[in-house]
Amino acid sequence: MTATVRGTAASMPRPDYATLIQSDRVHGSLYTSEQIFAEELERIWYRTWVYIGHASEVPEPGDYVRKSVGPQDLIMTRDRDGGLHVLLNRCAHRANLVCEDARGNSKSFRCPYHGWTYRNTGELIGYPYRQGYEGNGKLDLAMGRVPRVDSYHGFVFGSFAADGPTLAEHLGAAAGEIDRLARLSPDGQVQLNAGWLKHRTRANWKLLAENETDGYHPQFVHSSIFSVTGSPIAALYSDKSSAVTRNLGNGHSENDLRPEFRNFGEPMRWFGTTQARVPDYVARMREVHGEAAEQILVEGAPHVMIFPNLFIAEIQVFVIQPLSVGECIQHSTAVQLKGAPELNKRMVSQSIGSVGPAGMLLADDTEMYERNQRGVAMLQPEWLDLRRGLHRERVDERGLTIGTATDETAMRGFWSHYRTLMEAAA
Amino acid sequence: MTAVAVSELDLRQIEQFLYREARYADEHDYDAWEALWTDDALYWVPAGADAVDPTSQMSVIYDNRSRISTRLKQLRTGKRHSQSPPSSLRRVISNVEVLSVEALSGEVLSGEVLSGEVPDGQVPGGEVPGVEMRGGGGAETIVGANFMLAESRARGTEIWAGRTTYRLRVVDGEIRLAYKKVLLVNCDQPLPTLAFLI
Repeated sequence: MTATVRGTAASMPRPDYATLIQSDRVHGSLYTSEQIFAEELERIWYRTWVYIGHASEVPEPGDYVRKSVGPQDLIMTRDRDGGLHVLLNRCAHRANLVCEDARGNSKSFRCPYHGWTYRNTGELIGYPYRQGYEGNGKLDLAMGRVPRVDSYHGFVFGSFAADGPTLAEHLGAAAGEIDRLARLSPDGQVQLNAGWLKHRTRANWKLLAENETDGYHPQFVHSSIFSVTGSPIAALYSDKSSAVTRNLGNGHSENDLRPEFRNFGEPMRWFGTTQARVPDYVARMREVHGEAAEQILVEGAPHVMIFPNLFIAEIQVFVIQPLSVGECIQHSTAVQLKGAPELNKRMVSQSIGSVGPAGMLLADDTEMYERNQRGVAMLQPEWLDLRRGLHRERVDERGLTIGTATDETAMRGFWSHYRTLMEAAA
Repeated sequence: MTAVAVSELDLRQIEQFLYREARYADEHDYDAWEALWTDDALYWVPAGADAVDPTSQMSVIYDNRSRISTRLKQLRTGKRHSQSPPSSLRRVISNVEVLSVEALSGEVLSGEVLSGEVPDGQVPGGEVPGVEMRGGGGAETIVGANFMLAESRARGTEIWAGRTTYRLRVVDGEIRLAYKKVLLVNCDQPLPTLAFLI
């Protein structure tokens, strides 16, 4: 044993978030401090609603899939009555991992260490050699459970806090963006069943969350692929774009590209194609939605960051998993729309080209995150500036703050909510 | 013992080709690397389990010839930030085996059948009138090899390793690459950025 004992988190003075997070700048230590990361786990990741998985990943009774929130290893299960559960992958006996498979179907989980067996709801069914305990085979132990689990259009969220705002309250205005995505399916259902890429990223998770709706960077970070493919995406994020950046409240934000697509008024332009190339899909959408179909087909999919870890980027879904102050994993997959086979294979193909470790877009974003993490370790000038567009922000007809396509309205919304959570009582 | 594989390509020629392909990739010689591919090329780096359908499940890379071209054009801009500056790379290829020789129709001329190595609808087409075409222009030689690769960049050093399956064809007297599948040993784990040619 060493003679010196490091101060515990409890005995250290708490960071002064009101000083570190200002309306026009944030302090670099927010990305580098171990103490702040530990407080984020407590106050954000283990308290507020966080995205866990999608119901389509466990379609049948008994299905289960391993998921994660921060460093927590979770098992999302569907019980025999169709209910969803999120269990912590830890045996109540000696804390071994109960489940080692990434996915499967089982009514129960048996810990390989001493054979303790649990129902897929987390309840202890039994253990070997029952005479070793009093109580005639019954023990008041169970696997840990995420106490609150709720879903919206199949997107399953959990909160490690027994009490707090409801999921509907947490999602607020962002729920409408999930509605917009689901509405693009002729059956009204999103499926996330195309498998996940996992991209290890040596950067603080907040650099990713901020970048997701930063409309300022695409022209610079992605100029290489835009110039090669002649992509129309570049124009959406230019100084001349009519798209807006919207603070949706509760840390959520979006790049609302609809004004640009409305200007063109071309169905399926949002998907980089024409209606002639996906005739069955547009026919089904018109059958289901009637006159409303035109607007849906023109406006396309949302580009929304749902605090703190779910990013829907039109045809891709990303989940941010922080591991430590300087490391996280980006999970990414292609959106699949039930009843839209013409679109689904294209969405997989386009997503493979764009996202993940070799993606022609995301590899470059990730390079920026990792360089940014090295940058914030530099001592001066200490602050990251958040002023872009502050002088020209407006309030829209829904009472939400908006900026232009390249303004930092989304980041300011993120930090405002972050500060509220971090300043809350323990 | 099974009979010796019937192929116009001997192992030494095959190895020389694989080493050359590896050197072009290591040295970021994009033009020379691109010229190795056939027009119906397929370059695949699966994610997760091996036996997935890359048209319905995510892969790390699943490039047809057109997308290989796009990927290389992006690299050539010099503004592909994840390869600017480029990674310093060196790889070793070993355990080179000829696994089978197949006629372009898919008929196996020797060796084992590698069912599932090429996704449905991606088997190179062309009418092949039987065994007279074995080897050379009318056939593909399927080769397996292991590799280890060291990548150094400012972020740090990464060790990449895996199993590569190649489909080689002789076109106009030159060996060409029709298919390259790179199955990373850690393809089911989170991977760092993989923006170089693997």
